[in-house]
Order: sequence, then structure tokens, then C-alpha cells
Amino acid sequence: MSPEQHRVGDQPWVRRSLIGLAVSLTVILLVIPVVVIFTEALSAGWSTFSDNILDEYSLHAIGLTLLVALLTVPLNLVFGTALAWAVTRFRFPGRKLLITLIDIPFAVSPVVAGLLYLLLYGRNGWLGGWLSSHDVQLMFAWPGIVMVTVFVTCPFVARELIPLMQQQGSEEEEAGVVLGASGWRIFRKITLPNIKWALIYGVVLTNARAVGEFGAVSVVSGNVRGQTNTLPLHVELLYQDYNVAGAFAAASLLAAIAILTLIAKAIVEWRQSRIEHPAPKTGGA
Amino acid sequence: MSITIDRIKKSFGKFQALNDVSLDIPEGKLTALLGPSGSGKTTLLRIIAGLESSDSGRVLFGGDDVSNLHVRDRNIGFVFQHYALFKHLTVAQNIAFGLESLPRRSRPSKQEINARVAKLLEMIQLPQLADRYPAQLSGGQKQRVALARALATKPRILLLDEPFGALDAKVRKDLRRWLRALHDEFHFTSIFVTHDQEEALELSDQVVVMSQGKVEQVNSPTGLYARPESRFVFDFLGHVNVLSGVVKGQSLVQGNARIALPGVVNNQEAQLYLRSHEVQLAKAPVAHARLPLRIEAISLIGSEVRIELAPEGWESNESWEVGMSHGEFARHNPTRGELWYAIPAVGHLFAGDSAQPETVDWHNTAHASAANM
Repeated sequence: MSPEQHRVGDQPWVRRSLIGLAVSLTVILLVIPVVVIFTEALSAGWSTFSDNILDEYSLHAIGLTLLVALLTVPLNLVFGTALAWAVTRFRFPGRKLLITLIDIPFAVSPVVAGLLYLLLYGRNGWLGGWLSSHDVQLMFAWPGIVMVTVFVTCPFVARELIPLMQQQGSEEEEAGVVLGASGWRIFRKITLPNIKWALIYGVVLTNARAVGEFGAVSVVSGNVRGQTNTLPLHVELLYQDYNVAGAFAAASLLAAIAILTLIAKAIVEWRQSRIEHPAPKTGGA
Repeated sequence: MSITIDRIKKSFGKFQALNDVSLDIPEGKLTALLGPSGSGKTTLLRIIAGLESSDSGRVLFGGDDVSNLHVRDRNIGFVFQHYALFKHLTVAQNIAFGLESLPRRSRPSKQEINARVAKLLEMIQLPQLADRYPAQLSGGQKQRVALARALATKPRILLLDEPFGALDAKVRKDLRRWLRALHDEFHFTSIFVTHDQEEALELSDQVVVMSQGKVEQVNSPTGLYARPESRFVFDFLGHVNVLSGVVKGQSLVQGNARIALPGVVNNQEAQLYLRSHEVQLAKAPVAHARLPLRIEAISLIGSEVRIELAPEGWESNESWEVGMSHGEFARHNPTRGELWYAIPAVGHLFAGDSAQPETVDWHNTAHASAANM
């Protein structure tokens, strides 16, 4: 064995067995289930698959899921950006506490979050009584589903932005304001381009979670087919009805969204690494 | 446009960054704010710019109180220590940013902006880099772009925060000369912050020495060097040799060391400050001074030979430094470990509790003794 191969753990059998272990675990735990989803969904043929997807209740579940994502993502985009701006650009008492509080949705089980909202806004809840006397129903309706989804996904954008904005500091923004730019112009021309990719990454993650959220949504939705059933809940309902092909067809849609999300994330990461390490141009100095 | 700082106070929590600072910055001059880190110089610059607010006091531009004027409306140029170029904009777009930020009625047309950017690129000698991004520039190029960007809106006040701090020595020297030439051409009122004494003295018309949130002394570079008004300024402006002792029989005495001080009150403590060029070395003591020192190190590089010495039979906090011309060095050939005597020509005496020094001149005697060396 040549001397440069004598580093710890650098023997061929260690390398091979570690790589082998990682690959086989990935295949068993990740690749096979995904493949199974699609094969099971298509096992009864294309026509059954499309029947299952184009079924009235399935279409409604898809629509509701998209509506939830469509409302959640912009809300958390604005919220996350504002929060990240506040904690990185200003010094105020309770700032550290606020940074910690952002993580609560990650720390709390989604089911607990759903229950919390139910206790607050449900018919017998603290605010629910007042709301129902004013004819506002949040729980067991789509607004409730959106509310818990916003809660569960709100850390993603802020979590992506805070470390980046901390690292970038506020010198560029100060330079902008000295040069006479308005607050909006500074945000649009300086801040936004600097945080753009992190923001997109946060949106991708928020969207993935908003589409796939099960626990919190199942507590507050009431699972009414054709009314408050999102795609993940629909999968479970179909499965409980012994409609395995239907369940897998709906699941394959979720899996497809997940794969698209991963591709989007990979593209964003690739773009970001190109920006951070640009190929040097040649030419006079 | 002149700048007046009127009793500015600023603290960060318990830390008093600026303690009742008043200052006049003359129009069209290049002023240096010089001090160690933590002296409040950057805070003062940021308050002048409006990037920081003061706890009390006023800032006036040409007699107008601008304390409550937003930084956006002060029309100043500001150059940041780490350039703060907009990294997703090209060099040309960076320079155009201030012009494009002007309100619509005073904003020049696209063609005018382009023409002005081209002119500024000529001025900083980087027209070929107009379409580059900041990440593709060297430190010196970035700093020049930052300057062009700050000057694009023709501000009458230019503020620079440690403008050359992040550059290597050679580039720093070139840029210093270039900035001086630029200033002489355009005559804006400039203030720059630095902790580098050499930079402050070489570049500026007026130096403001700051320490612990206070102004220690304001003077021209030559005036400052010739007449430091406090121990702090003395210590800060390069190396100084100190003899501290007690005045006895018209002489300052400590251990083996003794220097004649005619006309000084007896029996008080005193410190004598001597710069390395105000002292010469001789093989024997002279009538007015007996300062035995042993050579510790000799540094040959530079226009002068620098000799470091340790007191022999008396004490000093820091080792002494004496400069000697290369010609003299070749003649006398001092070597490490030898005993020599320092012969002061001019000194600065802090007697008793007085904060201001008194200059002592032994010139005639010193010349006579150096010739006898």
C-alpha cells in the first residue's frame, strides 16, 4: 500500500462498504417506496388511474390543496421577509427571544398545533363563540386549513433569510440610503436581489410542506369529502375505503409534486453556487 | 461647505462613544479623524453622515442645522471601509445608482447619466471595467469604484471611513496620492477616518486626534508633529523615548540617568519625552546629559538605521529608539551589546501634573558634543 493511502478510514473495503450501505439504505427506504407509489397507481392501467384522478372528490381535493398553497406561500413570503428584516436590521429588546419563537412551529407537533387552533377558534373555543355569533366559521372549513398550514410553514422563509441577511450586514443598504434612494428602491434594487435565491428556496420548502401537511390539517378540517378534504387527507380516506388504486393515484400526485419541488430546489442551489463562485472573466485589469 | 460639530454626545448602552465633542471642519479642506479603535472617530463620521443619531448636540453644514435632516437628503458622499458596492450591479450601474435615485424632476436623462458615468470611469482610470461585477475586481479597483459612486451626485461633502484600511501597503500608497490629487482638483470638504498616523499626516490638511470619545488636539500635520499638546498625542504619533524621574538640582534624575533642565522647579516628578530623531548617540556622556544605554538591536532597512537600546542603571517602560544616518553608522560602527550615551538636542517636558508639555532645547551644546563623538 502506498504511503498516501494510509489516512484513517481510507482503506478500500471501508470506502466500499460505507458507500454500499448508504446506497442500499437510500434504495430501500426512499427509491423503492417512490417507485411502488407510481407502479401501484398505474397497476390497474391508465384508464383506472385517470378515472381516479378525475373523480369529482379527487379534483376537489386537488383544488383545495392548490388553494391552500396559493394562499399560504405569499402570506409566509411577506411574513418571513418582514420578520427576517426586523431581527437582522434592528436592535430591540426581545430580539433574541423572537428569533427563538420563530422555531415554535418546528418544535411543536403539527397535531398539537391543529388542536390549539381548534381550542381557540372552534365553536366552544375562546374566540370561537364570538366568531360563530358573528357567523364566521373558521374551523372545519378551508380558512381553518389555511390558518394551520400558515402556522406550520411560517419558519421556512425566515429561517432561510436570517443567516444570509446577518452575514451580508446592512452596509449595502446604508450605501443606498446615503446615495439618496428611497426605502422601496433600496429594497427592490439592493436587498431583494441579494436575498432572491434564499427567498425562492424558502418558497419551495414552504410550498412542499403546505401541499403535504397532514397532521394539523386533519385536526381542523373535519374530513368532509368534496368540502374540506385536501390531497393528503384524501389519500387516507381512499385507503380506508379499501380503494388502494385510488389512494395510490392520489399519492402519486403528491409524490410528483415532491419530485418537482426537489428539482426546483436543486436548480436554485446550482444557481446560487454559480453566483457565489463566478467564473473569472479574463481581460485587462 | 464647512461642517460644525456642536457638543455631540453619543453612548451605546453604558459605553460613552462620544463625550461632548465640538469641532470645526473648514470648507474645501481634507481633515483626518485620527485615533485608536474605540476612540469614537467612526461614530462621529457616521453621525455627520446621518447614519447614526446623536444623543444630544447639533451638526451644521455651512451654518445650517442638519441634525434632523434624513441621511438621504444630506447630499453627502460616503465611502465605506469594505466598499459596500452593490454586488449584483455592474461597475457602471453602481456608479449610476445615486443619479438614478434622484427625484424625477432633478434626475438627469438617461444619456446624461451615461455620459457622467463614462466621465467618472475615466477619472478612476477604469473605463474598460464598466461591465464587470464587483466580485471580479481587486481591492484597489473596488475602492476606486466606491469613490466614483460617492462622487457621482457631486456632493459637496465627502466622508471616508478607513478608506485604505483593507488594502495592501503598495496599493494604499498609490490610492492615497490619487485621493489627494482628486481632492485638490474638486475641492469638496472631506473627512476621513484612520488609525494610521502616517496616513493622517501625509494626506490631510488638518488632523483631529481623538481618544476615548474626546478630541485631544486639532492642528495641521506639521503643527501637530512639532507641538503635541498631550501625552496621549505624543504616544500616538510614533515611537517616543521617555525618561521619568525627579527634578533635583536643576536636573532630571533617575538612577544613573541625569539631564540638565535649567529653570525647572526642584523636587517635583517629571517626564521628558524625546523623539528618536531628537537624540544622538555618543561614546561618552556630555555636560548636559548622562543617559547610559546598551544596544539591543540594530535595524538597517530604511533611509535611516534604527537602533534599539535598553537603559543601563536606570529604568524605562519601553526600550529607547535612536535614528542614525547610514553614513554615520558606517563611521562609528556601533554593535549589539555596546554601551553608548544618548545626547538629547530637543525634548518635551511634562512637569508635575501639567497636561501640556514644555519644549526644552539644548541645541548649541548638543551640536558641540556630537561633533566630538
